[in-house]
Amino acid sequence: MNAVASYNFAYLDEQTKRMIRRAILKAIAIPGYQVPFSSREMPMPYGWGTGGVQVTASIIGPDDVLKVIDQGADDTTNAVSIRAFFAKVAQVATTTHTADATIIQTRHRIPEKALGEGQILVYQVPIPEPLRFLEPRETETRKMHALEEYGLMHVKLYEDIARHGRIATTYAYPVKVEGRYVMDPSPTPKFDNPKMHMSAALQLFGAGREHRIYAVPPWTEVVSLDFEDHPFEIQHFEEPCALCGAEQVYLDEVILNDRGGHMYVCSDTDNCEERREAGHVGSLGVKEAAE
Amino acid sequence: MYVAVKGGEAAIANAHALLADRRRGDRSVPALRLDQVVEQLGLAVDRAMGEGSLYDKELAALALLQARGDLIEAIFLVRAYRTTLPRFGYSQPIDTAAMLIERRISATFKDLPGGQMLGPTFDYTHRLLDPSIVGDDVAAPITREAEAEQAPRVTDLLGRQGLMEPDGETGPDHEVGDLTREPLDFPLNRDLRLQALARGDEGFLLALGYSTQRGYGRTHPFVGEIRIGEVEVEFDVPELGFAVSLGRVKVTECQMVNQFKGSAKVPPQFTRGYGLVFGQAERKAMAMSLVDRALRAREFGEDIVAPAQDEEFVISHSDNVQATGFVEHLKLPHYVDFQAELDLIRRMRAEHDAANLKEAAE
Repeated sequence: MNAVASYNFAYLDEQTKRMIRRAILKAIAIPGYQVPFSSREMPMPYGWGTGGVQVTASIIGPDDVLKVIDQGADDTTNAVSIRAFFAKVAQVATTTHTADATIIQTRHRIPEKALGEGQILVYQVPIPEPLRFLEPRETETRKMHALEEYGLMHVKLYEDIARHGRIATTYAYPVKVEGRYVMDPSPTPKFDNPKMHMSAALQLFGAGREHRIYAVPPWTEVVSLDFEDHPFEIQHFEEPCALCGAEQVYLDEVILNDRGGHMYVCSDTDNCEERREAGHVGSLGVKEAAE
Repeated sequence: MYVAVKGGEAAIANAHALLADRRRGDRSVPALRLDQVVEQLGLAVDRAMGEGSLYDKELAALALLQARGDLIEAIFLVRAYRTTLPRFGYSQPIDTAAMLIERRISATFKDLPGGQMLGPTFDYTHRLLDPSIVGDDVAAPITREAEAEQAPRVTDLLGRQGLMEPDGETGPDHEVGDLTREPLDFPLNRDLRLQALARGDEGFLLALGYSTQRGYGRTHPFVGEIRIGEVEVEFDVPELGFAVSLGRVKVTECQMVNQFKGSAKVPPQFTRGYGLVFGQAERKAMAMSLVDRALRAREFGEDIVAPAQDEEFVISHSDNVQATGFVEHLKLPHYVDFQAELDLIRRMRAEHDAANLKEAAE
């Protein structure tokens, strides 16, 4: 970098990082509680993951190995862009392998492979407030959290059942953390909700535009809201991944032609690649050339 | 076999190269220099500085060039640079009464100490496209000696007679907030609200101000005064024990005079709406002062019935860098969530069809 514009390690200045780390520590101490922090303008737009980027920038060290995914994939344009950003401003090693990463920044998915102790999952969050679409005012929703007044959320889920015969929330499905705070898991499909429960990894959530950080510490109870007679259930796919044959994973639908032809492939590209390398082949997959 | 689209670094790099090419345009046309932008697109530079919250004409001009003239993109570039700058401290409050005035008008008094001065305004131009401006031949303006007469602020003149509420007092323990350092915590004090409005989107504030004039939170405004000119910025240096001048900045100040009936405790007096913006930005300063007054509804015990009076609504949505980010992020991939919705709607349709079939069979 030249002298005209030089940036600190991982872009943010140290005072800002300390401010964000304090917010993160508070968030870990009160699982699921949204901690306000003084979000900075970042060199990418709000909505592109500035909250997650600020969290990652504050916790990353020179020895970390970073993985960035968007929609489960390492090669989505924005994931490529954020990974390149940290490779440039923090000169850290990057990887696409879930198991090799110490920090995984994600948008909209949790990797299929169970995370281990010492790993940190950083979520990019657009709207951190799970009650926002029931009550637009921050002054009100803060009160509702303080009083643990979550009846409105249950009414919403009940109305879904009355109207559609089932809970019609498919992503950003609200969870209760450690029996206290109702939390937005960010817009991950509800398929991923069970992975948050008793995870060995630390889960950090950053919402830049909304100035909020929250956290789920390792081995924390995360329960998806439901009713006794309408228990929470995740999506099931009728067919396995067309490339690697995986079942019990989240799939993307790829449209093949204009006559309704489509195929399903793994949303988690790393998981799919590792399976194919291990010799798994789906209905439309090609067997990896033997080495 | 078709495999899901690879985004890829090559695509991004190619897109950036194409953007750089389109930004420069036809190479046979000379490239714009920063000083040309500063001198000839001054109001765009002022807006980028104002909403970018950074007073630096050259950087704002660079941002405008880099943004291909897209103002919000330029404002974003300025903000993203500003946030990396170290914070030494806070300047003394600027004294707009001591402004070197270039324009000063009052709509409430025909004449007043210091006089009315139109300055460089579009106000009385006829909006006829004028091809003759293309070129270098523009007559120099007529100049005359400055008059020695002081130009006190209209609000101070009214204040001396007790007709105008005094400038807002902050308590002795009140530290002026800084929205770039602390997260906003509603309800806000007026200091933070004015900070947010000063960097708020001109178009958004214009529309809100307009709405108050059309009855959505009416405030009966009069332009007490608009003044545009340069003011000194002074900085307290603790080691020296006195304030030193850092230089001058151009600002636009608007003092709106509004009706207020008074109460049992307060005799009837006018109330204020305040607007202060970097550079020459009269429309923005006026809109800001209308919205500031509307947002003081709570303070005056007025009914909060209109959008412009709703602090959380106005301040949460006035920042165009935030707004454009969140609106435009919809073009990022959302196929994981969309897949979840697709799955649900297919299941619901299947159930619907099955129910209809059953009904038809019965």
